[in-house]
Amino acid sequence: METPVSLFADKAKLFVHEVQEFSRLCWAGLTGIFKRPRYVREVIYQMDVIGVGSIPIIILTGIFTGMVLALQTSVQLKIFGASMYVGKVVAKSMVSELGPVLASLMVAGRVGSGIAAELGSMVDTEQIDAMKVEGSDPIKKLVVPRLIACVLMLPLLTVIADAVGLFGGQLIAVYQLRIDSAFYWSSAFDILDYRDVIPGLVKPAFFGFIIAMVGSHQGLTTHGGTVGVGRSTTESVVYSSISILASDFFITKFFLYIL
Amino acid sequence: MPEAGAGMTDSEAASSMIHLEHVYLALGDAPILKDVSLDLNKGETGVILGSSGSGKTTILRLLLGLYRPDSGRVFVNGDEVSAMGEDDLYRVRGMMGMVFQGGALFDSLTVGENVAYRLTERDELDDEEVETRVRKSLGFVGLEDSIDLMPAELSGGMKKRVAIARGIAASPKMMLYDEPTAGLDPINSFNVIRLIKKLKESEGVTSVVVTHDLVAAFEVADRIAFIHEGELVYVGDRDGVLACRDTRVHEFLGRSGCVALFSGNGAPAGYSMSGIGRDKV
Ligand SMILES: Nc1ncnc2c1ncn2[C@@H]1O[C@H](COP(=O)(O)OP(=O)(O)OP(=O)(O)O)[C@@H](O)[C@H]1O
Ligand SMILES: [Mg+2]
Repeated sequence: METPVSLFADKAKLFVHEVQEFSRLCWAGLTGIFKRPRYVREVIYQMDVIGVGSIPIIILTGIFTGMVLALQTSVQLKIFGASMYVGKVVAKSMVSELGPVLASLMVAGRVGSGIAAELGSMVDTEQIDAMKVEGSDPIKKLVVPRLIACVLMLPLLTVIADAVGLFGGQLIAVYQLRIDSAFYWSSAFDILDYRDVIPGLVKPAFFGFIIAMVGSHQGLTTHGGTVGVGRSTTESVVYSSISILASDFFITKFFLYIL
Repeated sequence: MPEAGAGMTDSEAASSMIHLEHVYLALGDAPILKDVSLDLNKGETGVILGSSGSGKTTILRLLLGLYRPDSGRVFVNGDEVSAMGEDDLYRVRGMMGMVFQGGALFDSLTVGENVAYRLTERDELDDEEVETRVRKSLGFVGLEDSIDLMPAELSGGMKKRVAIARGIAASPKMMLYDEPTAGLDPINSFNVIRLIKKLKESEGVTSVVVTHDLVAAFEVADRIAFIHEGELVYVGDRDGVLACRDTRVHEFLGRSGCVALFSGNGAPAGYSMSGIGRDKV
């Protein structure tokens, strides 16, 4: 008998099972980093695909975010006659929040979906099984290199997003608000200290972990043919984006507490 | 062999390559295999026949440890694969080659890299030796010229042949073939059948062949198992299957024209494809 209660119980069981499987994969991924065999070439290849390949969208994201940030805040700052400090606002928001979060969301859309789709198609065409038969562990061969690449590349991509964002803010500051560019940069750097920079680099590394693991999990648990691959891809973006936004809140809280 | 456990005596374990003991398996809610028991000796070729969806591929996946039975036990070469951890499974799989039904080629690698996969993964041979082995394997299936192509550039039958080349490249002790001749033209089918026999004769390879191709089945088989909706209906030698009175077996063979081909007396008349060589059973 399917009652609403039993239906809910089934869903809850499924959810718990999913969380358990996800944790197991995360553990296997993390410990896999320190185990042999190491697929160095795979790691470098993934760093290229994930990191270098994401630079264009990161630049576009950064520059427009910096510009709109400068534009919006200058309106507010003008009320207080403080529009020359627009650099401070741009720097603070880019480095501590917008850079890490937006870069990660863009990468979740571009890379997380790609990981889920690639691994999902490999499941669907039995390539994962073939890999096990041919003697390599798919977690070490496929998941670990993507994990390493995401965790290392996201902080770098974030630095690029931050820098480009500051540059975008400068464009608005200099050409629209008529602020001296040297003043813009010095006021921007003045306000930044380790309390912004450390969380600003730790967060993207953690988000990279989320992107790689959610994408891999969704991909490896794909079932139901090409429709299933599509579903995994969509879900990987949804789940990793939500996890990024939610964990951002808690990590920020954590850093405000300890720093 | 201590791993053989209570189900097998030592002498059985020593001569038996495959031993399935009352295996039950359900995927989702559906029972797929029901009380399947099977044996195959070292150096023999076993053929699994059965209609589509009857559970043939599932048996191969059990042998590889890709599925675990819900109950019952699976032994390969004396090791109980149904009770092994992943790390031990990799060791057992190392002596098995598998040709997946759909080929399952790695589509990010070239044909040559696919065939070389296990050899490069083991990292025991130098590049030249690997290349020689790869060319030799591809030569068996007539695809030396395709070594630098990507799987996406191959036809269905070519993929199947590359999968066969990949399976045999590392000289496994046991080969599992899932529909090796499906989608191949008669000449290539003939070559694949010849290859299966050659590996058995020259290297003593044990093979399990899942097929719908009855000509191929009777050509290579030492033993035949017939499975119907997850139950073994017949297990025995090649000629026994023709004499088998079970209606499901009879219908399967009859519909294919096989019974007519292998007319009446149980001694298959003209089944030997000329040139493959005489077999004795
Ligand atoms: N992942 C799965 N989940 C649920 N049922 C499955 C799954 N894989 C296979 N089955 C079912 O198991 C049964 C046996 O499948 P199997 O692939 O072993 O058949 P087969 O004998 O190899 O058929 P074919 O000759 O068509 O390849 C089928 O009825 C199929 O519906
Ligand atoms: Mg099958």
